[in-house]
This record gives sequence, structure tokens and C-alpha cells, in this order.
Amino acid sequence: MNALKVALYLLVFPGFAFQSIFSTWLEWLDRKLYARMQNRRGPLYTGWSGMMQPVADIIKLLAKEDITPSHADKKAFAFMPVLSLAAVITAGLYIPVWHLSSFNSFEGDIVVVAYLLTIPSFSLFLAGWFSVSPYSLLGGTRVLTQLFAYEVPFFLALLTPAVMSGSWRIARIAAYPWTGGHWWVMPVQIIAFGVALLTLQAKLERVPFDIPEAETEVVGGPLTEYSGKKLALFRLQKDILMYVGSALVACVFLGGFKGGLLLGTLQLVLKTSFVVGLLSVVRAACARIRIDQIVSFSWKWLAPASLVQLLIVLLIKAKGAM
Amino acid sequence: MAETIHLPIGPQHPFLKEPAKFDFDIQGEEIVGARMNIGYNHRGLEKLCEERNYYQCLYILERICGICSHSHTTAFCQATEKLLGLEIPKRGLYLRTLVCELERLHSHLLWLGVAAHEVGFDSLFMLVWRDRELVMDALEAISGNRVNYAFNTIGGVRRDLSEEQRTKLLEMLKPLIERTGFYANIGTNEPSFLARIRGVGKLPKQRAIDMCTVGPFARASGVDRDARRDVPHAAYPYLDFKVITNEECDIYGRVLVRVLEILESCKMVKQMLETLPEGEFVAPKVMRRVPAGAAVSYYEAPRGEDIHYVRGNGTEKPERVKVRAPTMANLEAACESVVGSFVADIPIAIASIDPCFSCTDRTSVVLNDRRRGRRVTTWGELRTYGIDWYRRNRGIHF
Repeated sequence: MNALKVALYLLVFPGFAFQSIFSTWLEWLDRKLYARMQNRRGPLYTGWSGMMQPVADIIKLLAKEDITPSHADKKAFAFMPVLSLAAVITAGLYIPVWHLSSFNSFEGDIVVVAYLLTIPSFSLFLAGWFSVSPYSLLGGTRVLTQLFAYEVPFFLALLTPAVMSGSWRIARIAAYPWTGGHWWVMPVQIIAFGVALLTLQAKLERVPFDIPEAETEVVGGPLTEYSGKKLALFRLQKDILMYVGSALVACVFLGGFKGGLLLGTLQLVLKTSFVVGLLSVVRAACARIRIDQIVSFSWKWLAPASLVQLLIVLLIKAKGAM
Repeated sequence: MAETIHLPIGPQHPFLKEPAKFDFDIQGEEIVGARMNIGYNHRGLEKLCEERNYYQCLYILERICGICSHSHTTAFCQATEKLLGLEIPKRGLYLRTLVCELERLHSHLLWLGVAAHEVGFDSLFMLVWRDRELVMDALEAISGNRVNYAFNTIGGVRRDLSEEQRTKLLEMLKPLIERTGFYANIGTNEPSFLARIRGVGKLPKQRAIDMCTVGPFARASGVDRDARRDVPHAAYPYLDFKVITNEECDIYGRVLVRVLEILESCKMVKQMLETLPEGEFVAPKVMRRVPAGAAVSYYEAPRGEDIHYVRGNGTEKPERVKVRAPTMANLEAACESVVGSFVADIPIAIASIDPCFSCTDRTSVVLNDRRRGRRVTTWGELRTYGIDWYRRNRGIHF
């Protein structure tokens, strides 16, 4: 019975099935919001208001011809999409989805999630590296350069609520505002929330940080040579990464998804949609910046901002301890 | 020192709307060398003109470019009128210039959108292109067409503007001016957009003069050159306008120049509509046979100076028509201005001249020079290669 339960967790909810469906829905939401902000209609025809469009896109890609460049490392080329997809889905399993704890929660799981969320970037770099084409190579090196820019502020921003709650467990961090009248931690951590949003945007490689796959510069970046099934897997990975990232941010900064299967899931939907909505606004309001600009922006502004936030949190903690 | 990588861009690349080939030498993200090659879009229109009479030529030349179609016909009409010694009625000149300025408006708005798209600012791109429709509607209201207006004819224009159309146009202009001001504000103030265009694609003034650059590209480098003022043509001598120049010498300067030109054009259109002279709109009698002789006409197209050379030989057909489109003059300089900046700046730096390769492309000759790494594949070689490739890779025997 227990095994069946775990299998259900892994494959259905909050595992693979739920993640794929919900993340494609989030992609639709993002596309629709982005389109409305640009005075376009967005997806319209597939499903209600084009809701099935992301799914249709992935299915179409799965059916397309799959080409591997003749000079590419065939095995590594085929392995990279699988690796990155597996990493993000695993990371998604640690997100407590309908109550304050997930089935496999343990002390230190936030570090594991943060680590697992780094793997897609590395596999993108390697994908670019193994496809042996100037655009892929350039895109791949950009992925890595960008990783060094946003990763530290991202970790620092995630560290803040962890320090606040005194735990490395996502479940505890999410529960902290609800225990002992600590609701004020949410407004206090607003700087870290902002930093986390921007770095998440960079992690997702969206405008203004879509430097690695800037269409007008490096065609498709590391994914230039990918097509068919492998590209579909990368697309799905990207959607799930968006879901996991925004759910993680919602978890640690917006107080998690409390209140049982129904209410908890509703909160999950609302809070992740809220985060995705904010990401869409950022995407619509900016131009793409350059790789040197993102590095200086991250280290000059984002990292110090998250350090300041950390200092504030530490001061609050020290005052509380006295 | 990083290894130098050869980055080919084109003939097909997402940032190129038309085929052209650029070769960049890059070290990491920095560009150390740039070369270019055009000639993928040659259509032989100049030769075709020699087979047609002057009126038919108008329709051919209109199709040189989809954006500045009116520019080419205006330049050609002016050259032909010079050969014929025609006096154009003032109303005809005004109407011709009206379409010219509306075309400049739509071309510059289009460019602003493209520039925003090149740096990933898709919101501005979408919104600008939405409101560009206002200009397109105005053009449609005047000429009945949105792209190739077929408005010019030798000796004037083909249609008159009724009083209703005039008032309607004046009304259409109001929201346009308002919204253009808004985009001008975004294009010159949005921080992430500015971060991408400031100090990028530098072209110093002296270099701009040496490389014979024209149009907004030259004016943004501080070269005070505008055919509308320097070579009086059409109704420009009767109009009151400023030539916009800027000393920034970079893409930011080019955005500023174009944006201010948009606002200036709005004013000119309003001015023309308000002071439209009465009378005929086309010269009453135009000879079909054009006397022998040669004429050069200048016209300030949205992208810069457009030059047409027409030689008549006393028959109904021109002996030679030669077009020097503005992109031809600017392309080399744009290619040079990229060197020293980053790979990310390539699209916006090339796009900053508003390139139009279909205007530019003529027959180009490539030498089979193996020492310089240039190799021309003949048709026979290509055929053998194709057959061989399919045999090796797909097991298909032809």
C-alpha cells in the first residue's frame, strides 16, 4: 500500500503528471498575460482560450523529425534533455503542494532543490557544447556565464527565509509565518523576494535575461541544433522549471500552501500564478540586456541587496534572541 | 587571449529579414573582424526597366522596396520630368510630398519596432507596429493601397485629395501624434533599452563623412546632410521643417534622430494638409517619347538619399536606369561600426541603418580565389555534391 502511495506521489501528484499538466497551464498563463500586455490576443484556438496550446506545441514537436548533427556527440546530445527534465521533476517532488510538508521532506531539502535547479543550466551548457555549432557553443558559454552571475544572489535570497525560520527544510520555512504570529516576516523579506524573482527570471532565461537563447543574436542558443523529441523534452523541462521555481519562491516567501488537499492546491495554483504573473510583467517591461550587463547587475545590485536583506533578518533574529 | 572563432551570420538568420551574409571573427563575445557579402536578392529590375516604357517603369521601380516604394517612384519621376522639362502643378507636388512624409513616418515607426525587437524588447515592437497601422490607414485613405501606393505618375500624381479626405486625414493624425510622442518617450528613456543602445556601434563624424554615409545614420553622427533641404525637390522648398542631427554617433543617436524625425514629419504632414494649394494635380500633357539626355535626381528616402540616374534616347523606353539605394551607402560603415563591440550588439548595430537588401542588391561578382578562402561552387559541382551526399547519407542512388 505504501509503495503504491509513493508511486502515486512520484507519477501523479505532485510528480510527473501533475507537473507536466500544471506547468503547461502556467506557460499558457504566461503567454496569455504577455500577449495581453502587448495588445495581442495570445493563444486562442486550441482548447478554451487556447489553453491547450502549449500541450499541442509539445505533442507536435514530439512528432517532428529528430535530427542529430553529424559532428555532435550522439549519446551526450540525446542524454542532456533527459537529464535536465529528470532534475527539475525531482526538484518538484520536494515542493510541499497541498499542506505544509511534502512526503519526502527532510532537513536540508531546500539545498537539494537549489542544487537540482542548477542542473538544467549545466545540461543546457553541455547540450550546446556537444552539438558543435558556433551558435550552440556561444549560447552554451553564455548559459554558464549567466549562471555565475545569478546563482549566488539566488541562493542568498533563498537563504534569507531559511535563516529567518532557523531551518533548512522547505516545509518549516513555509510554515514559519503561520506559527506564533510571525506573519510580518513576509513584508520584511520583500527585498529577498524581489531578488529571487529577478534571479528566477534569469534562471528561466526569459527577457531581460534571455541572453543565452537570444533569437536575434544566437538563433536558438544551446538549443539551435535540437529538434523533434529532444527539443520537446527541453521545452517541457523549461515549463516545469518555471513551475518549480515559482512554486519554490511562493513556498518560502509567500507562506506555502496550507490547508489540505482542496484549499492547499487552490493556494498552490493562485500563488504560483501570481509569481508567474510578476515574471510576465518583468518580461514585458524590459529589453534584453547584454551578458556583461547581467554580470555587473547581479554582482553590483542583486548580491548586495540580498546581503542587506540577510543583515536585516539577522538583526531581527538577534533582537528576538535578546 | 581567447581563440578567434569565425561566426557566420546569414544568408539566413533570424535577425536578417532579407538575405545577406556577414562574417564575424569573434574572441569570446568580442568582435575583432567583420566582413560582408551581398547579392542574394538580385532581381534584375534595372535591366527590366530598359525593356519597358516610362510609365511601366514606374510600376517596376515601385517594387524595388516594400517599405519605401514611393521613394523610388518619386526619384524616377523627378529624373524623367527633368528630361522632359515638365512643370508640375503645385498641388501635385504637395500631394506627392504628403505621401512621402507619411511613408517616412511609417518607415521610421517600423524601424523603431524592429530595433526594439532586435534587443528583445518585444512589447515596444508590438505596440509600435499596432499604431503604425494608423499611418497605413492614412496611406490607404489617400491612395487606396497600403504598400505599393501607385500614387506617382510622370507630371504629378494619379489621384486628387477630396475635401472630405483632407478633413478625415487631419483627424487621423491626432491620435497618431499623441501615440508617437509616447513611443518616442519610451524609445529614448527606457533604462534597459538605453543600456543596449548607448555607446554601441560608434561611428565618428569624420569616419561617417569618409564612408559616404547618408540619411539618419549620417545625421546621427553629426553630419548635417539632408537632401530635402540641400537639393530642393518636390514641395520641400515651400515647407517649414528642421533637419535633425545628433552628435551621439551611436545607436542611441540614431534612435533619437529617427524619433525626432517622426515628430517632425507629423508636423509637416499637418502643415501640408492645412496649406494644400488649389488647382490641377497632374501636368496636363505629357509626351510619351522622352528626349535624349541624362538626368540625376535626388530624393531623401526614409533611409537616406536615394539617387536615380535615367538616360533617355528619344524613344518611349529609357536607355538606362540606375538606382543607388541608401542602404548601399551605409552598409559598409555599419559593418565597420560593429567591430570592437559584443556579439550581442550585431543585430541592433546592423539594424541601426535600417538595412533594405532588396533595394541594395545588384549583380555581384565573386572571384574564385582559393588563396583568400573564397571558393565558388559551380552548378555542376553542386549537382555532383548533392548526388554524392544522398548516396552516402541516405543510400539513395540517382
